[in-house]
Amino acid sequence: MSGEISLLGSLVIFIMAVLVGFEVISKVPATLHTPLMSGANSIHGIVVIGGMIIAAEASDPLGYTLAAIAVLFGAMNVVGGYVVTDRMLQMFRKKPTAPKADRKEA
Amino acid sequence: MDQATLSTLFILIGALAAGSFVIGLHYMNSPATARNGNLISAGGMTVAVVTTFVYLLLRDCHEGATCAVGGLTSPALIIIVGGFAIGGAVGLFLALRIAMTAMPQLVSLFNAVGGGAAALVALFDYRNIVGGPDESISTVIFVILGVLIGSITFTGSLIASGKLQGLLPGKPIAVPGGVITTAILGAIALVTTILLVLGAGDSPMLELATEIKTVLLVVLLGTALTFGVTMVLPIGGADMPVVISLLNSFTGTAAAMSGFVLESPLLIIAGALVGAAGGILTKLMADAMNRSLLNIMVGGFGGAEGTQADPTAGGGTVRQVGVDDAAIQLAYAQNVIIVPGYGLAVAQAQHAVRELGDILEDRGVIVNYAIHPVAGRMPGHMNVLLAEANVPYPQLKEMDDINPEFPRCDVALVIGANDVTNPVARTDPASPIYGMPILDVDEAKSIIVIKRSMGRGYAGIDNSLYTNPKTGMLFSDAKAGLEQLIAAVKAL
Repeated sequence: MSGEISLLGSLVIFIMAVLVGFEVISKVPATLHTPLMSGANSIHGIVVIGGMIIAAEASDPLGYTLAAIAVLFGAMNVVGGYVVTDRMLQMFRKKPTAPKADRKEA
Repeated sequence: MDQATLSTLFILIGALAAGSFVIGLHYMNSPATARNGNLISAGGMTVAVVTTFVYLLLRDCHEGATCAVGGLTSPALIIIVGGFAIGGAVGLFLALRIAMTAMPQLVSLFNAVGGGAAALVALFDYRNIVGGPDESISTVIFVILGVLIGSITFTGSLIASGKLQGLLPGKPIAVPGGVITTAILGAIALVTTILLVLGAGDSPMLELATEIKTVLLVVLLGTALTFGVTMVLPIGGADMPVVISLLNSFTGTAAAMSGFVLESPLLIIAGALVGAAGGILTKLMADAMNRSLLNIMVGGFGGAEGTQADPTAGGGTVRQVGVDDAAIQLAYAQNVIIVPGYGLAVAQAQHAVRELGDILEDRGVIVNYAIHPVAGRMPGHMNVLLAEANVPYPQLKEMDDINPEFPRCDVALVIGANDVTNPVARTDPASPIYGMPILDVDEAKSIIVIKRSMGRGYAGIDNSLYTNPKTGMLFSDAKAGLEQLIAAVKAL
């Protein structure tokens, strides 16, 4: 892509991000572990961007096929992941509300 | 705008998106802010996707291609727009339609496609660089890792999802050859990896034709896909939460590897965050079951799931309690703790349990819910189910908070939970679950257990709680039993 980031720089970014991940996640209460897993699941859908980039670089039928499946898979991961996480989280309430009134916006 | 500025802007906006993922995960610390956290994360993702699209549109067309718009050829444009339309629609449909009890298999399915996408990006990149000046040893290593991890996740998550959905038997399936098969697959992967790495670089240690390298990578791909299947098949259905969490971590790592290949800091950061998050969650879950990750991965533990045991096998006698009796105990108690387990999830009884809780509260009973970390099929799955049934989350107590409350509680109502309440985890060093943190239900003044039969739990051992003189067993399906209890309490 840009070629401006060295291998060493990338490795440093990777290690720092892993440490940040450890730090942020170890504070999450067990109550939220399922939404958390689902939320993290949607974040790795970022790979859809990789799919878009390779689509732009493809030049033959096989290349286009690989890119098409990657974009399709990635988009499914991102969109589905965030929506299902939101559906779960909107149910967590401090006070009970009238049941069945919460279905619309899901 | 010149190309260098464009590229810089693209990377800077990527940093913004990466920041929103960190903040989003941070907000998941509390149920009160978690939803906003997810929205922030989704916002960052939208910015990242839109920016990438705009970047690709403004970028110069790559050499030798005829571009329709900016840096995109017509097929590329169709792939991106069409891929988002179709993939997004499928994801949206599944996410909106799925029942909360089926959440774990859906997360696993999304995980599978994410891992698959990461593997495809790495594969594509290898085709581009092989035989060219960009085929450096480091890039080849990242490609191999991306293909390996992504493919293992793809098939592994599909198998996990199939097991949870009931498309495949939940019990452990022995792989023909067992350890030998795994060893052979590992050896093939190792040999192809070494050959590919030796064949890379400006002055390779091993001269290999491009065709041979491509074949080697395809062999590696096949091996990884097979390994994903053979890795998950022998693992029992009840260990799937741990496996899904581990595979989630794998997908993050695979995404980070494609980030290295594409030199995209955003992919590296997002992937590493997920890799770390999944790793921590996996460890927390394994700890909650008092088992090592290795022990879980070796598999075969869940063989006794659903086995019928002799009601009196534990040596003690089992006292049955009638619905009316149980209803009187609950209605005239001051303090009731409800202990939901997997049986509640299977019977989809979360709404019934909330109704029972409500009518008890109307009578002035204090009702709390004790949630074991591994109750359900995913860590925290029980919380999601009870939240769906509108139970306010302050009433959902974690194990360490609720355990001191049991001696003060008049009635503990156990619904479809077994191993996580078994006192032998504290008392019997010979027991397979010895040392597992459990809910101290046996310390309650009186215990009512709603259970379909005397069948053993997932660990395949007898539960001494059921022969405790304080315990009354109400043999019934969780939902039917709760509905009978609700009717009986109302009639009082």
